[in-house]
Amino acid sequence: MRARKPLDLRRALVVDSITKYFHLPQPPLWKRLLGATAELPEAGQLPTAPKGGKTPIAAVDHVSFSVERGEIFGILGPNGSGKSTLVRLISTLLRPDKGSAKVFGIDLADDEMGVKQLISRVSVDAAFFKKLSPMENLLYGARLYGVTAPEATVKAYEIMGRLGLKRSSYNEPMEEMSRGMQQKVAVARAFLTSPILLLLDEPTTGLDPRSKRDVREFIEELRDSHDATILITTHDMEEADALCDRVAVIHHGKLAAIGAPEQLKRGSSENGNFSTLEDVFIYLTGEQLIDSEAADIA
Amino acid sequence: MGTVMRRGLSAMRLESLQSYAFLVRNWHLTRRYWGWEVVWFFYSLTSGLSVVFIAQGAEALTGATPSFDVKYLTMYLIIGTLIWRYLSSIFMLTSEVIAWERWEGTIEYTLMAPVERWVHLVGQTAYSLIYSLITTLLIGIAMALFFELDLSNANLLGAAAVVLAGSLSLIAIGIVASILPLLYPERGAQMTEVVQASFLLISGVYYPISVLPDWMEPLARISPVTYVLDGTRAAVLAGAGIADLLQFIAPLLALGAVALPIGLRAFKAAENYAKRAGKLKRVG
Repeated sequence: MRARKPLDLRRALVVDSITKYFHLPQPPLWKRLLGATAELPEAGQLPTAPKGGKTPIAAVDHVSFSVERGEIFGILGPNGSGKSTLVRLISTLLRPDKGSAKVFGIDLADDEMGVKQLISRVSVDAAFFKKLSPMENLLYGARLYGVTAPEATVKAYEIMGRLGLKRSSYNEPMEEMSRGMQQKVAVARAFLTSPILLLLDEPTTGLDPRSKRDVREFIEELRDSHDATILITTHDMEEADALCDRVAVIHHGKLAAIGAPEQLKRGSSENGNFSTLEDVFIYLTGEQLIDSEAADIA
Repeated sequence: MGTVMRRGLSAMRLESLQSYAFLVRNWHLTRRYWGWEVVWFFYSLTSGLSVVFIAQGAEALTGATPSFDVKYLTMYLIIGTLIWRYLSSIFMLTSEVIAWERWEGTIEYTLMAPVERWVHLVGQTAYSLIYSLITTLLIGIAMALFFELDLSNANLLGAAAVVLAGSLSLIAIGIVASILPLLYPERGAQMTEVVQASFLLISGVYYPISVLPDWMEPLARISPVTYVLDGTRAAVLAGAGIADLLQFIAPLLALGAVALPIGLRAFKAAENYAKRAGKLKRVG
């Protein structure tokens, strides 16, 4: 059995110049199965698309940031900005082409299994076996993380009750539940395994205001009572403002700004103050979009 | 007890719990999709009966009294039907380890869980063995209501040993085939059907491989399904003893011992590639 590196309990997550390209011209499949990778472009450049091939894109482009233990860290960005790709990279579901990420000091490239034991992820689409009941899904997930059924059952009742799920729905197929209810079960499943880094990829999308509030309160409670660090991607600026200690704005795969919501709203001497985080977001993403369009025309 | 041993036991306990998670999950899925199970059972039974009735209809078909033993041909076809049903079920369920996750949209959740891939596959294959054994037995019992089974000379224990040895090879081939849905999200599951159909054609399920075209026979001789069928028929129809059956069991065990580690390594390589290429996202 391989000895595990001790955890660095100060820093929950350190992302260093992480980069992911899609649709790069690839070597033949047999070479790829043997580990061959595409030739990587220089920073800020992309190769031209092969004839009939898709245009290469840098989904995440040299992004660096760190998250302190116990922090709620928000990642904001428009659709297609690279938020979910970034979460997938940290979740070990994607391999970066460049750069690295460390979770509590464990490098994803060195010890993927060690990282998996520390994290849990809630994605925007509640990933469940729809024919199974919430309880069956939760027990399945709990066992994968080494939690026995009796222990998980007690915790599952507690968490589902806390999230306002009706007891009558615990043993009904998930497909009969509303999207909001399904998302609540997804949140319950993530909490069930007591992760110390929780990755929430737009967890409140599609929820009604009451459910959104329940989930937000539960996220804060988890941070306070279970010493969890939370990385959350969201479109909801109000939510980010209320929930996050710090936020990073990502646009076209690149980090556009990072800081506490209040700090970002205060702005700089060049652009003045913003009244809401949404104004900051529009300034950073909308303005840059216009700039890049102007650059294309030029 | 030493620390290393305690850690080893603890890891074993965790791995058992994780494998059990897949077993229980699959059982729940089977239970919830019970309607499909009923349909699939009747489909398997009726298609099997249709094949076996060919032996019964030989006289009517040719207009002459058959110069062969109809009972023998009936048993020959029943064994082919049941063994194929069992092995193809193992192959299908093992090869669908990724396809199920894609259909349900759970692939990312399952593959990011802290589970070693071999532990995952042990859970899936344990389920495939249990499921295939139970459903094949039920079909066998139902077939016995239609035909008179002559087991007076059968070495059933020997047949079971051949079938179990053959299961290992089919699991290994199923693991290799399960790579296809990992690499090809949209068409991978259909590709595994082609693999399965090829085994049906070349392995002498309903006829001896000697009737195959010359170029197909070498393929038949490397198919583990051929050895399982020949071994089972030798045990059930001729009552062959374990010593005689070793000629079938030994190659099957050897193939399983070689193919299983290759299958696991190939699966791991495909998973790494899928993570580099972003193939885990789409549900197919």
